[in-house]
Amino acid sequence: MSAFADQLLVLVMLINLVMLGSSRLIFSIRAVAAQGVILGILPGLIHPFSGHLAAITAGIILAKGILIPYLISDAVRKAQIRREFEPFLGYVPTLLLGAVFTALSFAFAEKLPLAPEHKDLLFVPAAIATLLTGFLLLTTRRKAISQVIGYLVMENGIFIFGMLLTEAMPVMVEAGALLDLLVGIFVMGIVINHISREFSSLDTSRLRTLKEE
Amino acid sequence: MIFALILLPLVGALVAWIVPDNRLRPLILPVMGSIHLVLTALLLGNTPAPSAGGWIWLDPLGKVVLLCISLLFAVCAFYAVGYLSYRQERSNRILCMGLLVCLAAMGLVTVSQHLGLLWVALETTTVSMAPLIYFNRNARSIEATWKYLLICSVGIGLALLGLLFLAYSTYVAQHDATLLLGPLMASARGLNPGWLHAAAIFLLVGYGSKMGLAPLHTWKPDAYGEAPGLVGALLAGGLVNCAFLSILRVYQICLASGIEIQFFQKSLLGMGLISMAFAAVFMARQADFKRMLAYSSIEHVGILAIGLGLGGGAIYGALFHLLNNGLTKGVLFLSSGNIHRSYSNKTTDVVKGALTRLPWSGGLFLAGFIAITGSPPFSPFISEYTIVSSAFIEGHHLVGGLFLLFLVIVFIGMALTVLPMVMGAPPSDIEPTDYRDRLLTVGPPLLMMTVILMLGIWPPAFLVTLLRDGASMLGVQP
Repeated sequence: MSAFADQLLVLVMLINLVMLGSSRLIFSIRAVAAQGVILGILPGLIHPFSGHLAAITAGIILAKGILIPYLISDAVRKAQIRREFEPFLGYVPTLLLGAVFTALSFAFAEKLPLAPEHKDLLFVPAAIATLLTGFLLLTTRRKAISQVIGYLVMENGIFIFGMLLTEAMPVMVEAGALLDLLVGIFVMGIVINHISREFSSLDTSRLRTLKEE
Repeated sequence: MIFALILLPLVGALVAWIVPDNRLRPLILPVMGSIHLVLTALLLGNTPAPSAGGWIWLDPLGKVVLLCISLLFAVCAFYAVGYLSYRQERSNRILCMGLLVCLAAMGLVTVSQHLGLLWVALETTTVSMAPLIYFNRNARSIEATWKYLLICSVGIGLALLGLLFLAYSTYVAQHDATLLLGPLMASARGLNPGWLHAAAIFLLVGYGSKMGLAPLHTWKPDAYGEAPGLVGALLAGGLVNCAFLSILRVYQICLASGIEIQFFQKSLLGMGLISMAFAAVFMARQADFKRMLAYSSIEHVGILAIGLGLGGGAIYGALFHLLNNGLTKGVLFLSSGNIHRSYSNKTTDVVKGALTRLPWSGGLFLAGFIAITGSPPFSPFISEYTIVSSAFIEGHHLVGGLFLLFLVIVFIGMALTVLPMVMGAPPSDIEPTDYRDRLLTVGPPLLMMTVILMLGIWPPAFLVTLLRDGASMLGVQP
């Protein structure tokens, strides 16, 4: 089964690159949703079946695959924007950077003192690569919605690492973390709405009034 | 009883949601605040044994933070009734609900012994405070909310990664991962050092950005500047202390591991000194007095970090300072909220002669300034003195010297803003507002100021014992 898990993780990393290269917001949201669904399937492939596991799978797919993407696309619809405009760094450079980061995360994961049974899996490099992709999106994009997507991708990266440890995080804590993420995105969605009303644009580079003179 | 501490505010939030009347709704806050304070007093006197499989336990460190939060919230709750009567033009439903949910989450932070649960509670405080910063519904406050939400969420996400690294270090060492504080500390010496090191870095960065330690403080001046004074008080005295408690938990684990603690203490010292330096630079010529308070908060989280980083006797000072800073910031934010209401402006270009226009609020603001800059006889003087003297006693002359230097610069910088604000004659051409000092807007901060004075002159015996117990949990020999 772990061979299949590795294939899915490669898919996750490909989705990262797709998001870095795309300017259409709805497309990015769908990509994040697909990533969420894959994240939900993964724990079932590497851990023996249990009620705990089923709850996690259902929770992740529901939150990351359905609810959160719905909330973001709702915000996109209300704010009536389709594309990311003029990111601080162009699509091709970020795509190249993303590829370099992915390669580096493989090299880095080699050196980590992992438990022997995790040495041959792709979880750690995929986690690092996804985390870095999230940071890239967060720092190079201008639109508030793209930043939220970046934040989600970053959280996905953290979740991938967390999968190695599903026993350590009891259901309640995981459920709490997912719920917090959900509420956080919900609040961000509302804030996005108000930003677009106040500034008649979602360009966070216009959020510049508050600074030291 | 501990469960009541967390569930009752949630019930209160539900009631606040149901009550339709904008004038009646804020009354829930003082009711809940008083109940919370009584529960806290009972819990401090008679602590129940660990419950829920060891996940929930109120230890001395949690008690210090809980005491500060409960006292601050009760004061803010009474103040809120007075304050919101001036803000009837907009619905206060979200504000009341957010405050109560945040109170519940802060309570949960203080009693969590499971680091995952602690993380969930801390993230809940972040999210529940976000709509409150946006209470004023203008372009500036939405910008502040966005920065706060994004930076704190990313920061706390990194803390989650740190927690996973910590759990992984136990997994590599013994193939049985756990995040419960007790077992973690018991097995800390055998943890994988590489993963523990990574965990300490990520947790410090994550919780540090939530606490507002430089260089992760960039959201702070905006959020504190734009939030209503009452929310600012809870951010600076409540959320900061919750984040500090989380750092204390990491400190406990690093201490138990024996090796990691040196790195952790050095990082805390470094970040603390940088925070104080940043505050000292930006405090000078700060025209917006609420932003000035934010820089003062950055300075004081720096002091807390330095106290913790020094170790030994300074830890007692840091724990005491946690309480003093929380309460004094409460006085400053509440009285600055009054001044803001009265002048409907928060820059020193307009706000002058507050002592003449608002003798009570102006006086409280001035007294709060004197207290927060570490002047006797107020209690922040005692805690800052404890930290700096133990720095010199234990041979950290450079740290102690820089600490004093930054304190002096901050004092001058803050005085340059505060003194013109409160002294002199109020400008004649300001628009009249309907704000007047009343019992409900002045009484609560006045009470808190009295507590600060009391703590400075005569700290009660139970508090001293509590702080000693807390310090002994952080490796201080009694």
